[in-house]
Amino acid sequence: MMENVVSHADDPEGTRRDFLFYATGGAGVVVAGAAVWPLVNQMNPSADVQALSSIRVDVGDLEPGSQLTVKYLGKPVFIRRRTEEEIALARDVELSELPDQIARNPNLEDTALATDENRSLAQPGNDNAEEWLVMIGVCTHLGCVPLGEAGDFGGWFCPCHGSHYDTAGRIRRGPAPENMHLPIASFADETTIVLG
Amino acid sequence: MAGIPHDHYEPTTQGEKWLHRRLPIVGLLYDTLMLPTPRNLNWMWIWGIVLTFCLALQIITGIVLAMHYTPDTDLAFASVEHIMRNVNGGFMLRYMHQNGASLFFVAVYAHIFRSLYYGSYKEPREITWIIGILIYVAMMATAFMGYVLPWGQMSFWGATVITGLFGAIPFIGDTLQTWLLGGPAVDNATLTRFFSLHYLLPFVIVGLVIVHIWAFHTTGNNNPTGVEVRRTSKEDAAKDTLPFWPYFVMKDLFALAIVLAVFFAVVGFMPNYLGHPDNYIPANPLATPAHIVPEWYFLPFYAILRAFTADVWVVIAADWITGGIVDAKFFGVLAMFGAIVVMALAPWLDTSSVRSGRYRPMFKWWFALFVVNFVVLTWVGAMPAEEPYATISLIASAYWFGYFLVILPLLGVIEKPLPQPSTIEEDYNAHYAPNTGGTKTLVNPAE
Amino acid sequence: MLKQLTIAATLAFGLSSGSAMAAGVAGHIEDIDFSFEGPFGKFDQNQLQRGLQVYTEICSACHGLQYVPLRSLGDAGGPQLPEDQVRAYAEFYEVFDSELLDGDGDFRPATPTDNFPKSGMSTAPDLSLMAKARAGFHGPYGLGINQFFKGIGGPEYIANLLTGYTGEEKEQAGAIFYENTAFPGGWIAMAPPLYGDDVDFADGASTELESVAEDVSAFLMWTAEPKLMARKQAGFVGVMMLIILAALLYLTNKRIWAPVKNGRKTGVPAE
Repeated sequence: MMENVVSHADDPEGTRRDFLFYATGGAGVVVAGAAVWPLVNQMNPSADVQALSSIRVDVGDLEPGSQLTVKYLGKPVFIRRRTEEEIALARDVELSELPDQIARNPNLEDTALATDENRSLAQPGNDNAEEWLVMIGVCTHLGCVPLGEAGDFGGWFCPCHGSHYDTAGRIRRGPAPENMHLPIASFADETTIVLG
Repeated sequence: MAGIPHDHYEPTTQGEKWLHRRLPIVGLLYDTLMLPTPRNLNWMWIWGIVLTFCLALQIITGIVLAMHYTPDTDLAFASVEHIMRNVNGGFMLRYMHQNGASLFFVAVYAHIFRSLYYGSYKEPREITWIIGILIYVAMMATAFMGYVLPWGQMSFWGATVITGLFGAIPFIGDTLQTWLLGGPAVDNATLTRFFSLHYLLPFVIVGLVIVHIWAFHTTGNNNPTGVEVRRTSKEDAAKDTLPFWPYFVMKDLFALAIVLAVFFAVVGFMPNYLGHPDNYIPANPLATPAHIVPEWYFLPFYAILRAFTADVWVVIAADWITGGIVDAKFFGVLAMFGAIVVMALAPWLDTSSVRSGRYRPMFKWWFALFVVNFVVLTWVGAMPAEEPYATISLIASAYWFGYFLVILPLLGVIEKPLPQPSTIEEDYNAHYAPNTGGTKTLVNPAE
Repeated sequence: MLKQLTIAATLAFGLSSGSAMAAGVAGHIEDIDFSFEGPFGKFDQNQLQRGLQVYTEICSACHGLQYVPLRSLGDAGGPQLPEDQVRAYAEFYEVFDSELLDGDGDFRPATPTDNFPKSGMSTAPDLSLMAKARAGFHGPYGLGINQFFKGIGGPEYIANLLTGYTGEEKEQAGAIFYENTAFPGGWIAMAPPLYGDDVDFADGASTELESVAEDVSAFLMWTAEPKLMARKQAGFVGVMMLIILAALLYLTNKRIWAPVKNGRKTGVPAE
């Protein structure tokens, strides 16, 4: 099971002795490897950290126009229930106006374009299809947390270096290169969003 | 190296020569590994490799555990449970570290008893012996502080009792105890400094081990006959010895594998057998356990500590002579540390000109009794401080001191030793004469 | 010499460890053949679920399990509840979250990532580690032999305690104590929590007092040592690998020494 089978054709003499030495050496390597692996693996995320790789957020009490911020994987996640005006404002923007035209939504394919529909989280059974905006609240420039309901485009404004995001969290002006990223998210039921 | 004539390292390749001119480390390691070793070493000489392995095991598992442990009285116990429940493989790492300490002490006691029986502490190996004692004391300090870290009931109360001993020292005791604890009682300040020192001391032990090896490489290993390796010529030396690699490396590794198989069985199937259930209760300074018991490897000395109560005549005498300065509590402390001191003085207390117990017929019995006495001290150290255990511990403690202070000096004078072999080669051939080795490999003997 | 010292070492081991007493002189504890005992022992998933039910319906009123994460109820090697059941179960408990109410903190329903709550009653000890914090077997005379063969006996102690009430009561210093054959000192402050038929089990298992006590004791062994099965498996694999390695090393060692033991004068091996 663990012997390195030595080709006898290569060793015309002392084959039995060499086989034993190789077998012992091989067994030693296996035991040593079995000893080293746990020492390496213990530094991997522990069970409590892994348990937080997916969290559930109750959004049942969230009114339109208000936002919940939760910590997920060590970063803030903005969960915003948008008003009609905010949605309309986002829909009206032409793609060509956007510095970053990719949706940055891991729930879709990488090439999906940054339409408002592709930026929002679909809620089953909700006619207001683009009501929910769930974003990782980290500026794509150097990682500050943008302020909500601020900036020139009705969305977010990053005070560190002046990036402006619109009501769909897309970068419109400023040094940030990309739209705010979205996390993996879905609705588990009417009032619960699962992140991760 | 050891004064035993043998072939030394010669750098051959260009690379070797380049390095050797700048740092002769390859030569140092080669000569260390190929050290001429007495060929008649028996299975009591394997404990050195077991000890080295244990040191490495404890350091590695310890460093890894320290990545997840929190040295704070509010968080320590929970952090150990975090290791047991959440950290990948954490439960194995913790149990291996916990039982690794026990294996360390099994090996060190076997190693010490080997030295006591075969006279390895005698001239010219006194320094090896003294450094060994220092390593042993450092091991005990490390183990004591390590046991406090989980912050269980025994952690706390064991720390309270043992640090309280320092308070028994006359005049400076209270100041010393407060300084050690960082406060009036065992608390967070004690825990954090114990964590720091528990991390540090093993590396001090590594340094001591290097000097220990240097010392016995200088004198050469002892062997079961106590007869020295012949140093008259390379040929004679080669008749008495074999190079450490591969003969004793492979023998040691085999023994280590057996020992580790037993160790793994303990870790896997009975990891808490040597421990105390009370340490799974978080420390409570307001509730003392019914029986405070240290870990098993401290029990002999704990027994000696407790044996000398105020009604023992030698304690009464000491109290009277010193005008009350040496009371029962301090006497016990002195006896406990004194037990290690008298063992350290063995090279000078043992007057026999014969090294190995094999050829000392009277010594053998007293030594056997010493081993039994050690077991008795271990057992009685865990018993409550009542009769009949109190009397047993007193007799056993008296024998410990009597062995080193009376028996060893006397035996050297009155004992008639058995005839010893003139060379190691002679002893080896008597034990392992050709044709009793076992294999039928045909070998040309004229090499 | 070697034999002498090996025997001495083994004795020294056994002698000292037998002293693991909880407090004072406990009563006689009957041994129980739990499914998780022995080198190949395993938890019985159904038993753990029954024990969880007993804990939830009876013990949790006063006792906590503060070191046990609720999500571990779904882990392999334990009660193994499905994920949605773990979530539903967690919501029964309330935990204090200091991040709520802008840092003032508030109570909220627990989620699987929380631990069970602490004991509700200050005099009720937390049960997370109770099965490892008590010894059911001692001696004889501090020799550690009983524990070597029967185990430490923590879960046995718990089961014996739950079934050890005689029915006698006494009052002392304003508190009522109940006579118990397993509890050290013979009188325990906790009123009998179980009488038999205290819960109904969905799998129809026995609801007799002894059986229910065993179920909750097994559950508490799991809360104390959730990795028990993984540990025994790792131990078995480790021992096997080391025995194979030892056998190979034995043969290698014998091969290397053979020429020396057959009369080779010098130590130079013939390679």
